[in-house]
Amino acid sequence: MAGTDNGVDVETGIKSGITGDSAPAVAKPQDANDLAGLEAGLDALDSVHVARTSLRETLLRKTLPPVIAVALVLVLWQLLVWAEVAPEYKLASPSDVWGEAREAWFQGTLLDYIWTSVSRGLLGFLMALAIGTPLGLLVARVGFVRAAIGPILSGLQSLPSVAWVPPAVIWLGLNDSMMYAVILLGAVPSVANGLVAGIDQIPPLFLRAGRTLGATGLREAWHIVMPGALPGYLAGLKQGWAFSWRSLMAAEIIASSPDLGVGLGQLLENGRNNSSMAQVFLAILLILLVGIAIDLLIFSPLERRVLRGRGLLVTR
Amino acid sequence: MATETATTAEVAGNTEDTPAVTYAARVEHVSKSFPAPGTSGGQQLVLDDITLDVAPGEFVTLLGASGCGKSTLLNLVAGLDRPTAGSIGTDGRPALMFQEHALFPWLTAGKNVELALRLRGVAKAERRQEAERLLDLVRLQGAYGKRVHELSGGMRQRVALARALAQESRLLLMDEPFAALDAITRDVLHDELTRIWRETGLSVLFVTHNVREAVRLAQRVVLLSSRPGRIARQWTVGLPHPRRLEDTAVAELSVEITEELRGEIRRHGRH
Ligand SMILES: Nc1ncnc2c1ncn2[C@@H]1O[C@H](COP(=O)(O)OP(=O)(O)OP(=O)(O)O)[C@@H](O)[C@H]1O
Ligand SMILES: [Mg+2]
Repeated sequence: MAGTDNGVDVETGIKSGITGDSAPAVAKPQDANDLAGLEAGLDALDSVHVARTSLRETLLRKTLPPVIAVALVLVLWQLLVWAEVAPEYKLASPSDVWGEAREAWFQGTLLDYIWTSVSRGLLGFLMALAIGTPLGLLVARVGFVRAAIGPILSGLQSLPSVAWVPPAVIWLGLNDSMMYAVILLGAVPSVANGLVAGIDQIPPLFLRAGRTLGATGLREAWHIVMPGALPGYLAGLKQGWAFSWRSLMAAEIIASSPDLGVGLGQLLENGRNNSSMAQVFLAILLILLVGIAIDLLIFSPLERRVLRGRGLLVTR
Repeated sequence: MATETATTAEVAGNTEDTPAVTYAARVEHVSKSFPAPGTSGGQQLVLDDITLDVAPGEFVTLLGASGCGKSTLLNLVAGLDRPTAGSIGTDGRPALMFQEHALFPWLTAGKNVELALRLRGVAKAERRQEAERLLDLVRLQGAYGKRVHELSGGMRQRVALARALAQESRLLLMDEPFAALDAITRDVLHDELTRIWRETGLSVLFVTHNVREAVRLAQRVVLLSSRPGRIARQWTVGLPHPRRLEDTAVAELSVEITEELRGEIRRHGRH
């Protein structure tokens, strides 16, 4: 018997009455099939079945309401134009804006405007991702780094990134690198902070479970910490994209120069200079549409997938 | 059963590569204190001079009132925490099963098992098959692609068991793994655990505060006292398997142990 040397009362052996020989007459040997059958029954009774909604239902419930809302806004807008609440040079009509868009489309410049900005925005965002992710991991996991730059990082989030445009122009000149610098300063804190929040919210149980499975160091970061933090990280990415896009537009509006190429920000600024309200409206609409499209095409599906996979998405 | 053959000299190294390890876990004069809440610098002694061996292939249940330090002891053996005094040796890194299933919700049931295999260094080509074999072992053939939230409580614990078995540890630590389950499911899982234990020859250290569960499963029941946690008494359970909760022998021993446990708890009311 083990443990007899610890000075504590240890009882060894057990009254022979209870050991084997008096095995009771109660119906006892339960054969393996019986157990398997019982288990299968329990499993069947207790499992959750997740039903997916049909395409038609999605269209009806998800697509129709925003379409109606947009139609209403257009109607209201047209009514205001008809009522002549403001002179024409101040309030362009929907058809003027539509004409402006058609013209740009047939000149082949419309897609150029959009692509110039979107490619800048996405490239800048990817760079923000590449910098913000390891930064967030460091801040979340290394106490010293967190104490040193954690508060600064959260503070930076509330600094409007347009404030970076003047110094960026002075340091880097009127070129693409200045645009990217502004995007990075706007988006990196969001990405990093999102990851930090995501990591902080990982249940400690998962970390302990990971450790007992032998996940330490980088393997822990890759297999446990990053996937565990994914929901918070995605929220950070979403916000990071919004900040990238905003900072980019600010930079494009303020710092326009012929050799930068015309993006949506410059389109807006050009419209103001040409006193073309239709062009200004068009630029604003396009900026809005791109923001919505990226969210709808990239982030929302990603987020839904992650949440549904974890059973966290409540379908109403 | 535990043998008393190991001399202190043999054990002194406590390293995993010592060829003749005669224990699955060896806990020697282990104490653990935590900073006492409210006082500054004060210490609360949770475990006091615990000495306990788990022999290879042995099934030991650790029984005690709530808050007596069972989880603390198990965490120490698992290496998740360090003892304040004393030493702990295990034969390789033990596997640990928690009261909550602790499955990763971002992976399917099968991938949870595969992650354990991967972290153990199993080659990619073999992982899938091995994971399916382990899921078979806990009778979850169809569950490979299921998400954690699609499984019932009992199924989750079985996947967690499969994942723990995937570590190929010689010692399985279980911290009240079935406490949150309904009585019927728990009873079924007792049978499964017993079957798997006998098939694999694992050593198991199983924590519970349920006396009948302890008696139904174990070869040896260790009773911990509370505040501080000490080994109060041990029983060897020689009953043959399969056992049932309703067996009179199980009931009789449970009554005896419960009396002892009550006595332990009552002792605290007096001072
Ligand atoms: N990290 C910690 N810091 C401070 N005190 C702790 C810590 N972990 C446990 N304790 C204390 O140690 C004591 C024993 O805790 P433990 O969780 O080991 O009990 P237990 O026997 O597992 O109880 P239960 O049956 O409720 O799970 C408790 O009084 C608890 O407050
Ligand atoms: Mg506990």
